[in-house]
Amino acid sequence: MTATIRIQQADFDIAQEIAALTKGRNDVGAVVTFSGICRGSENGEPIAALTLEHYPGMAEAEIKRHTDEAMSRWPLTGLTVVHRVGRIAPGENIVLVLAASAHRQAAFQAAEFLMDYLKANAPFWKREESAKGTSWIEARGHDDEAAARWTKP
Amino acid sequence: MKVKYFAWVRERIGISEEMVEPPAAVRTVDDLIGWLSQRGETYAYAFEKPKVIRAAIDHTHVKPDAMISGAREIAFFPPMTGG
Repeated sequence: MTATIRIQQADFDIAQEIAALTKGRNDVGAVVTFSGICRGSENGEPIAALTLEHYPGMAEAEIKRHTDEAMSRWPLTGLTVVHRVGRIAPGENIVLVLAASAHRQAAFQAAEFLMDYLKANAPFWKREESAKGTSWIEARGHDDEAAARWTKP
Repeated sequence: MKVKYFAWVRERIGISEEMVEPPAAVRTVDDLIGWLSQRGETYAYAFEKPKVIRAAIDHTHVKPDAMISGAREIAFFPPMTGG
């Protein structure tokens, strides 16, 4: 099984991505979907849009490292990670993680693990546009803590 | 070696990548940050808080004490905010 990893400007179709993991097979009992969506405010201030920058090459490599680890930790039948870059308006999709498995527990855990790791380790940066101008969003310490809990014994 | 900059590190320095040839005494990522900081005001501003800066060698995250010898590409960037 190889994970599907894409970084793209275009939006994604969640139903189509799920169908790609289930079509033509009868061993999938669960698909967990996480989609991250652009909020219309940041720290209480309305924003007009986010612009996402990434490190081409490393972003794909870092996501693959984490999908490889997820596949070694849980009995998955499929994994999909799609991350958008460029300008994204409030209400639009930013990121999609799909984890498919015979049973729900592995799918839930793998999806959560992947999102926690991507937040802390995948080289993407968000800049917000608001009435005050543009500014880079600061990293949150709790994203590192969320990723670290998966390495505790 | 090629050095790349992202997000506000890139904006502060004013370029996204460049080729550099640091002297042999520059052995670690931390040394390289110190050496780059001496290159001008824009670099000094970008690296004014070196503890905040993250680094990657050849697409892999590394710590400040990582050795840079043999690196093809070293990147500097702020903590990540994707997802």
